[in-house]
Order: sequence, then C-alpha cells, then structure tokens
Amino acid sequence: MSPTPKKTNPSSDVILEVKDLVQSYNGRAVLNGLNFKVRKGETFVIMGGSGCGKTTLLRILIGAQKPTSGSVHLFGEDITKAAPQELDRIRLRFGMNFQFGALFQSMTVGENIALPIQEHSQVDPSLIEMIVKMKLELVGLTGFENFKPSELSGGMRKRVGLARALALDPELLFSDEPTSGLDPVMTAVVDQLTLDSTRKIGVTAVVVSHDMTSCFRIATHMLMLGSGPRQGEIIAEGTPDEIRANPDPFLQQFVRGEADGPIAFRLSQDDYLKHLLQEG
Amino acid sequence: MASLVSLSVGFILAMQSSTELGKMGANSFIPDLVSLSLMRELGPLLVAIIVVGRSGSAVAAEIGTMKVNEEIEALRVMAIDPIRYLVLPRFIALMIMLPCMTIFGNCVGLVGGWAVCTLEMGMPTSFYIMRAMQRPELWDLYSGIIKTAVFAHIIITIACYQGLNVEGGAEGVGRATTSAVVYSILWIIIADTLLTGLFYLVL
Repeated sequence: MSPTPKKTNPSSDVILEVKDLVQSYNGRAVLNGLNFKVRKGETFVIMGGSGCGKTTLLRILIGAQKPTSGSVHLFGEDITKAAPQELDRIRLRFGMNFQFGALFQSMTVGENIALPIQEHSQVDPSLIEMIVKMKLELVGLTGFENFKPSELSGGMRKRVGLARALALDPELLFSDEPTSGLDPVMTAVVDQLTLDSTRKIGVTAVVVSHDMTSCFRIATHMLMLGSGPRQGEIIAEGTPDEIRANPDPFLQQFVRGEADGPIAFRLSQDDYLKHLLQEG
Repeated sequence: MASLVSLSVGFILAMQSSTELGKMGANSFIPDLVSLSLMRELGPLLVAIIVVGRSGSAVAAEIGTMKVNEEIEALRVMAIDPIRYLVLPRFIALMIMLPCMTIFGNCVGLVGGWAVCTLEMGMPTSFYIMRAMQRPELWDLYSGIIKTAVFAHIIITIACYQGLNVEGGAEGVGRATTSAVVYSILWIIIADTLLTGLFYLVL
C-alpha cells in the first residue's frame, strides 16, 4: 500500500483497495483495469447497468472468484493471493448480504442468524439466543425467529439476510442489490436499515445497486461502471453531488433513466438489414 | 424397503437353488448358499443400491438446491467450509448406517430363505439355523462390511460432488440428481467386482 492521500482521509483509513483489476471471460474483458478505494465509515455505492460486471466485481471483492489480474486489498491484505485459511480469517471481518438473502432453507430465521456465531465463537447458547433477538430487532423482525425462510416475503428475506450479515458485528458490509424487486416503501425501509447500520453501528458499507433513488439516498461515495462500448471501465466516481453535477452523457442517461443516449438499446453489432435479408 | 428387497432375495435364492441342488439331492446346502451369498455379495450390493436411490439422490438434490440458492456461497463467505459443514456429517452418518442396514438386510434375507426351506421343503428350523450359521466364517461377514464402507464412501462422494457442482438452476439440480444415482450405481458395481476379486485372491 503506497501512501498517496489525495483527500483529507489518511490512507490508514482505507479498508478496501482495488488496483488494476481485470476480469475477462474468453478474452472479453468484463472489468478492465479498475482502481478505487473504500474508506472507513463510507457507504460506497457501485452502480451500473445490467451486465456491466457489478456482480462479478462483488464476487471478486468477497473472495468468491479470483480475478484475471490485479489485486484486492481488504483490511490491508491481498485477498487475491491469500491462502484459504487467511481468506477465512479476513472473511470474519466482513458480512455479505446476498441479493436474494441466500438463507438456509432448512433452518429457521433464528438458526440462520445464529449459525455464524455458533461456528466462530464459544458463546453460550442462551447468549446466542439473545444476540439473535437483538439482530432481528435491528431489522424490525422481532418474533420471527421460528419462521422458515420459505414462509417470508422477499423483503423480509432480504432483511433477515442483512441481520445474518451483521451477526458477527463486521467492520465491512457488502450488499448485493439490497432493494431490487421491492416495493417503494420496502425499498425505503431497507435503505434506512443500511443507513442505520452505517451510522449507528459504524459499519462501512459497499452496496451494489442500479436503483438510482436508493443509491442517492444511502451513498456517501459513488462509482459508476460502464457497459456496452465502455464495458469494464469506471465512468465516474465521487460524492453524490459530484455525480449529479458530472456532465458525462453516459452517466446522466443512467442517473435520469432515459432510453435515448449513449447506452445502446441494441446489444448486437450486426447490421440489421443484412441479418434480416440473409435469414429470408 | 431395504428389508422387503432383502426378504425377496432370500426367497429367490432359496427357491432358485432348490430346483438345481434338489436334482443332486443337495438340498441341505441351500442354507449355506443363502447365507454366504447374502453376507458376501447380495446384502451389501442391494442395500447400497437402495440407499443410492433413497439417500444419494436426496443428498445431491439438497446440496444442489443449496448451490442454486447461493447458500453454499453464503457458507463460504461466513468462513464455514461446506465440505466440513455439509459433506462430513452425511459421510459419517452413512458410514455408520450403511453397515447397520446391511447386517439388518442380511438377517431379513436369511428369514426369507428360512421361509422357503421350512415351509416348502419341510427342512427343520433348527437344521436351517445350524447350517446357515455354521458355514460362514467371521471373515465372510467382515468382507461384506468392508464392501459397505467402500460403497458408503462412493455414494456420498458422488452425491456431494454432483450437488456442489450444479450449474443452471432447477434443471441443473435434476440433472445432478440423475447423474448422482447413475454414477453411484456404476461405481458401486465396479468397486464390488474389484473387491470380490481381491478377497478371492487374498483368501
């Protein structure tokens, strides 16, 4: 880690640093040389259209996938080169909230939240029960301990997923599309929960999302990934105000959610007329 | 299920052998034949194949569904090794239960053989028990148990491997379940042949 403090924050505050990250499938680069830093206490939102590599990036950040090249430093350690045991040790310091909750279907809500605590601490069962109750209250689901995930709605599952991600009081929380598929009220509720966990508990959050309303509501720092002709590069990065003021047409089209603009509607490179006549 | 199959096999063994052995007046060897073939071969093999259908498929489907649902990924992110947390308990359970079920199946099969011998051929019960218990040596039982341990290993390894490598949603789970059953049975039969050959050469 080279100390190059551009902002007021000292570099010791950087808890996630991505350097020259490249991920390609069959020679096609999905992520093309990404560089960014996440500092302690930030709510860092990664935005981007469908297929821009948001999920791939998140999988690399949590160590579920090795990138083609480049490095990811979590808490100062390079997870792309970490041995499985080291990776597990780093993993105890962050929580991951999956897009659809990824709750264990065979367990109750309470058991889901209790599992990481049981596995990684020697806490008394009665205390675990209490921690579970506290985590459930945090996401507004007190009394749902004995429900099975299949008995819950999508929004509730996401909330349980968040409670489970926070079970071990992580320093860093990753969230994959926490509001996708939720109604406006539930979106606001989940956003509020993310805000609460960052402001009240002091967790640093890295959120991947394409829901612009929700992004601007929670973010302290934003990053936009490109797609189409600008696949795999960072289009813009900055505070929400800087993002709003950024004149980049690609970014503005995305922020406003317009159909016309540099983000192509047609995904194919082929000439339509030629293709049509050839088929005939 | 396993006991029904074992009972039927006991019946079949006794009836089939009675026609041939009866021609040579060697009906008194039927109990030997039933107990030996059950202990060494048919007990372990049939029970293993039934367990593949019942438990191997269930394990592949369960772990496969967990994979599709990102639950395996969630375990890894929580620094919980899926092999230790999901595979190991199932492996230990089957390592204990498959030999138990096989011994139970052997007993039920012997009852099937006894039913044919006493009820159809009028062999005295005491004679049947004596012949069936005297002929096999302890090693015959052990060789069967060794086979079940190998079969348990095969069933869990293949079922978990297929489950953990599911790709492509619900359809993938179905495919993994089918593959788990087909490959388990195939490898059980191959292992059985090799083990039988090995025991034959060693003894």
